[in-house]
Amino acid sequence: MKKNEGKADKLGRGMGASSYTYAMLSVAGVLSFLLIWQLLLEFKLVSGRYLAKPTELILLLIYKWTNAAPDGATLPVSIWASMQVALSGLALGIVTGVPLGLLMGWFKGIDKFVNPVFEIIRPIPPISWIPLTIVWLGIGLQAKAFIIYFSAFIPCVINSYTGIKLTNKTLINVAKTSGAGNVETFYKVGIPSAMPLAFAGIRVAVGNAWSTLVAAEMLAASAGLGYMISMGRLYARPDIILLGMIVIGLIGALFNGLLSFVENRVIKWR
Amino acid sequence: MSEEVNAAAARDERPVKVEVRHLTKYFDTLHVLDDVSFDIKKGEFVCVVGPTGCGKTTFLNLLTKIYEPSEGTLKIDGELADPKKHNLAFVFQEPSSFPWLTVEENLKFGLKVKKLPADVIEQRVERIIKLLGLEEFRNVYPASLSTSTEQRVIIGRAFAMEPDLLLMDEPYGQMDIKMRFYLEDEVLRLWREIGTTVVFITHNVEEAVYLSEKILILTNKPAKIKEELVNTLPYPRNIASKDFIDLRRHVTEQIKWW
Repeated sequence: MKKNEGKADKLGRGMGASSYTYAMLSVAGVLSFLLIWQLLLEFKLVSGRYLAKPTELILLLIYKWTNAAPDGATLPVSIWASMQVALSGLALGIVTGVPLGLLMGWFKGIDKFVNPVFEIIRPIPPISWIPLTIVWLGIGLQAKAFIIYFSAFIPCVINSYTGIKLTNKTLINVAKTSGAGNVETFYKVGIPSAMPLAFAGIRVAVGNAWSTLVAAEMLAASAGLGYMISMGRLYARPDIILLGMIVIGLIGALFNGLLSFVENRVIKWR
Repeated sequence: MSEEVNAAAARDERPVKVEVRHLTKYFDTLHVLDDVSFDIKKGEFVCVVGPTGCGKTTFLNLLTKIYEPSEGTLKIDGELADPKKHNLAFVFQEPSSFPWLTVEENLKFGLKVKKLPADVIEQRVERIIKLLGLEEFRNVYPASLSTSTEQRVIIGRAFAMEPDLLLMDEPYGQMDIKMRFYLEDEVLRLWREIGTTVVFITHNVEEAVYLSEKILILTNKPAKIKEELVNTLPYPRNIASKDFIDLRRHVTEQIKWW
């Protein structure tokens, strides 16, 4: 029934290699990267003062898992602090941004009412809200979540808006000739057809939230991965900085994978 | 031909379902339809043919009230047509299945909009699935269907509505000849089984002669009715028979605008 079922790789570029081979290629890619890194330091091509070896980082990771020194928090505590901030800002951004974008894209009146204000807020970089936020909310969870909220909210609005604007006119006509009103057509046709782009927006929002988080924490915080990085700089400990960066990278990749999983569940019709 | 039309019309005792009077449409200054009047009997299969770009699609969009006419009226069962009140169904030129709904959910779409009771929906959808042999595709999304199967689903969805009026806008325009012959027979079968009133727009003369009980031939823009032709050839029609070819030739002559 599926169009591609049982067919060889469509483009023929993979010469029909199995998925196991591909997985091993990915693993080999990561390992080669680490190996080159390690060798550069082993043969003193790069000074150990500027860069830590991958093996050292693994030992540091184990050490930091239970020890708070030197930045004042164990790694799980830092991760949890950052996750809390990122997820609360992100969730709020998605929950308000996606519906707003959908409504703006479908109902012209709402579009005209909201769009001018939105267009002015849109180009303001989220981190430029930091000073004002510190004045308003201090440097706690709320303050950082607020900054992240802006970075997540905007791509959610823009993508949902575009997504629903691209709804196939024929499908709208099918609903209307069946006797559906504008509101019914909105939720039966507009919203489902906007979902793929809305998800693309959420994906951008996750990326934005995570990168803004680090910026926010580096400027004003008392815990978190960004805070750990800036402490590493203060103590001139490149290994602490690198560990922070790598953990951020890993968690970001994890988020993305999780999102793909949810996306495939929600948009199973593609 | 006009005596023949009158004679055939007199023999047809079905009540009038759709009454179109003086239908006229301007887009700004562009005059697309000019004073079109005709009747469609209940359960009749009407084909509309005309030169490309003569306003066939505009004509259909007026019938479904996607556009408002500039002048004239369209009545169904003596009342002004209204998609909210009347049961209209449309098969568009482009594929129009909802990609996020399975075949079964697609078939149910219009029935749910109409808020029919669940058991009626179930019963009608089962009938369509059986008539079109879609059992194996019931829970499949349209993305994994072939174009012709998707089009069958769309046609099934329209017939499931048991509409007062089913409008089809060149539904087979982009299909190869084998698929078209097959789907033409499918549509005739559904029409006979369910007794729907059908308006079928096409630019394919052979298709019109093969399917219709009545053919409306439109002129070039602004479109008027050039001829209203009753097609009494017995079903199933043989496209190679002399009567069929004569009728096809006559319609082709009438369409020529050069």
